[in-house]
Amino acid sequence: MIDRRTFVSGAALGAATAFMPRCLFARTDSDARFVLVILRGALDGLAAVPAYGDGYYAGKRGELAITAPQYKLDGLFALNPALEHLHERYRAQELIVFHAVASPYRERSHFDGQDWLENGMTNATVHDGWLNRALPTMPATRARSTEQVALALAQNVPLVLRGAARVNSWAPSTLPQADTDTLQRIADLYADDQYFASRLQAALAADEVAGADMQDGMQNAQKGVRDPLRALGAVTSAAGKFLAAADGPRIAVIEANGWDTHANQGAENGQLANRLRGLDQGLDDLRTSLGASWRDTAVLVVTEFGRTVAVNGTRGTDHGTATTAFLVGGAVAGGRVIADWPGLATGALYQGRDLRPTLDLRAICKGILGSHLGVAQSALEEKVFPESRSVQMVDGLIRSA
Amino acid sequence: MTLTNLIAANRFGLGARPDELASIGTDPRGWLAAQIQGTRSHPDAIRSLPTSAQVFAAYTQGQEAKRDLRKESGKQAERVQKLIANIRQKVVPIYLDQVAARYRIAATTTEPFRERLVHFWSNHFAVSADKAAVIGLAGTLENEAIRPNLQARFIDLLYAVESHPAMILYLDNQASIGPDSKLATRAARRLQSSGRKVGINENLAREILELHTLGVGSGYSQTDVSAFAEALTGWSVGGGGRGMLAEGEPGKYVFRENFHQPGAKTILGKRYGADGPGQARAVLRDVASHPATATHIATKLVRHFIADDPPSAAVEHVAKVFRDSDGNLPAVHAALIDLPQVATQPPPKFKTPHEFVISALRMLDFVPDKPQQVLAPFQLLGQRPWSPGSPAGWPDTADQWDGPDALLRRIEWATQVADRIGSKSRPLQVGMQSLGTALTQRTSTAISRAESGAQGLTLLLVSPEFQRR
Repeated sequence: MIDRRTFVSGAALGAATAFMPRCLFARTDSDARFVLVILRGALDGLAAVPAYGDGYYAGKRGELAITAPQYKLDGLFALNPALEHLHERYRAQELIVFHAVASPYRERSHFDGQDWLENGMTNATVHDGWLNRALPTMPATRARSTEQVALALAQNVPLVLRGAARVNSWAPSTLPQADTDTLQRIADLYADDQYFASRLQAALAADEVAGADMQDGMQNAQKGVRDPLRALGAVTSAAGKFLAAADGPRIAVIEANGWDTHANQGAENGQLANRLRGLDQGLDDLRTSLGASWRDTAVLVVTEFGRTVAVNGTRGTDHGTATTAFLVGGAVAGGRVIADWPGLATGALYQGRDLRPTLDLRAICKGILGSHLGVAQSALEEKVFPESRSVQMVDGLIRSA
Repeated sequence: MTLTNLIAANRFGLGARPDELASIGTDPRGWLAAQIQGTRSHPDAIRSLPTSAQVFAAYTQGQEAKRDLRKESGKQAERVQKLIANIRQKVVPIYLDQVAARYRIAATTTEPFRERLVHFWSNHFAVSADKAAVIGLAGTLENEAIRPNLQARFIDLLYAVESHPAMILYLDNQASIGPDSKLATRAARRLQSSGRKVGINENLAREILELHTLGVGSGYSQTDVSAFAEALTGWSVGGGGRGMLAEGEPGKYVFRENFHQPGAKTILGKRYGADGPGQARAVLRDVASHPATATHIATKLVRHFIADDPPSAAVEHVAKVFRDSDGNLPAVHAALIDLPQVATQPPPKFKTPHEFVISALRMLDFVPDKPQQVLAPFQLLGQRPWSPGSPAGWPDTADQWDGPDALLRRIEWATQVADRIGSKSRPLQVGMQSLGTALTQRTSTAISRAESGAQGLTLLLVSPEFQRR
């Protein structure tokens, strides 16, 4: 049987020549790769990166405190013991740890918080994402379409990538594929309907890059695996393969759920440590599958907000404000912590309960878009983060090539 | 434009079954209106399912055994793992039976508008079965708290949901303890020495205000959330452990006086005197009749039935009916079918995977035999039943569901289901019976030229007109 791969690259397609997924071997201006990992549910920054050197830390955190950390970064901060690979990256000077960061959002709704994080605005009513608005301004989209450049590793596109610029999405499937003849007929059926036609075209193009071997691998990886953490590794491996391809995408967005640790969060071990271990492994799988392209890659890991400094009544933490973010990759000028540490004394806390934000997440995003992906300062301030003029970008995040 | 049989069946119902468009007759509004009045006995398919108390018992037995094991010394890790697997083995089949029952009803009901409303409210008050304690309980929330209250007032529905064990356990309220409660005071010394502390978990209070009633940004503050969380302390589930925790009827709502933060609380500017469980009930009554709640609920309903971007006039009308009727649900639901926007063309809503699969099953008059097979398409298309992953529930706008890859998955599933039943069917007739005049010339032609019945059905299922409502 002819598979979908053959269908997509086949020549005799008549009306469906629009399915040709690429400008043949067009080169981008730059080989820079960027992966955004969104942790939904509000990651506890003080668990991921304990401020063990802060005199108030042990007392305020109580049973959730990690007081004798294995992976110290300096006299103040350490990495959670579950973040073994990230610690290796830190030592290889490929990881920057940010602390006390937050989007401009100051309430405590996950859903609005995620909207602000992703639309890059200071309201939840804008329905396109900052990364989508940035796409047309990137040198990488001069020779290639935004759809070829940007990929959501999900069936559906997360808000940060939604908007006027068309983007692609891909997720593993466990179903047998439709045959070539049926796909051809569906393509014809959609010929008058741009909405469906464009989506089908994009999906088939992504599937071609993924290739049959990856689909098989993903199916095996999925079999009997309900563990979302191992599933993350499967998705990041796929992302690495996409991004490493010469004609593959350069921007990818990955989501990971399950960070809303209201109860029985655990410290060195437990629920959150398990999640962090899955994230750590997933990021390392991404590095492995990127191969030589890792050196051109920057991966930003963000979450909508942090959690309360104090433990709540159910050995967990409630919704808070500032948290951590990670920037990791071969292109990152790493091996350091960037934090204007506000301290954990009660008087220093935001509303007496949360870590106070001292760094705007948009400053980091602007720094990456500017120095890694070549987005002009004017575009950053007018289109991508139009309300961020007063937010100075963080310079020097990316190693000069 | 007026409400037609087609709109009644496909936008307000769950997609027309083979005989449905004809059976609606000449009064589509009347057909819809008749479905929302009065009570209904439980459909047969769910009557045989275990109750929440029974599900809870199955779950806690496993938990108890796990605790016993942990207490023993030695190489226990493996046995604990095995026990966890056993707990899953107990509740996962319950979940699967609930899923099968839910979609068997959805695929066959002659009151599809009422059933759509059950799903709407179940998603509004979402719990997520990816939390272990909720796996077998999510379906019971829908069957025990939502179904019996569709003819009631919003406050009745709200109270039934917030006091249901699935919601209490999902949002951790059983473990929220007032810092000055009897339990906290008595246990203070012992807990201090063990380094543990007891206190509030504000999850349930926050989500009630943000998601279930007033809506985000409607003017409540962190102080209101904290005070409401204190008022809710003691709202718990009976029989969840030993000693004091064994009190109450297992698996049923219980108010634990010992956990309750004593004293008056001030929430949204109003003072609520000490009244045990009545304190939080009074807060629920007030937020249920707050104008922000009317607007929040109306917005979600209009988004579900009219357009992703809900027209403000329609929202205001439904909100007014909500306010004027004191949240009478049949009145609010009836207001939806009387909106001038009901007949908007082309169909404004892109079907979610849940809606897509149900409407396909109805059109094809087909439900798989095995529960696992009923579940499969929802899992594959990214909408595992009762598992939205967050208390906000599943999103209800096209941009959350219409990614390129999602379309490919629909095509793959359509191919599979069509292969299974296609050779026996006459796809053009099936399509005309369900989509009527909405079936386009282009799709009819494509179907009639298909090389097999199965391929014709695939084309029908993935056609643009079938994926919208």
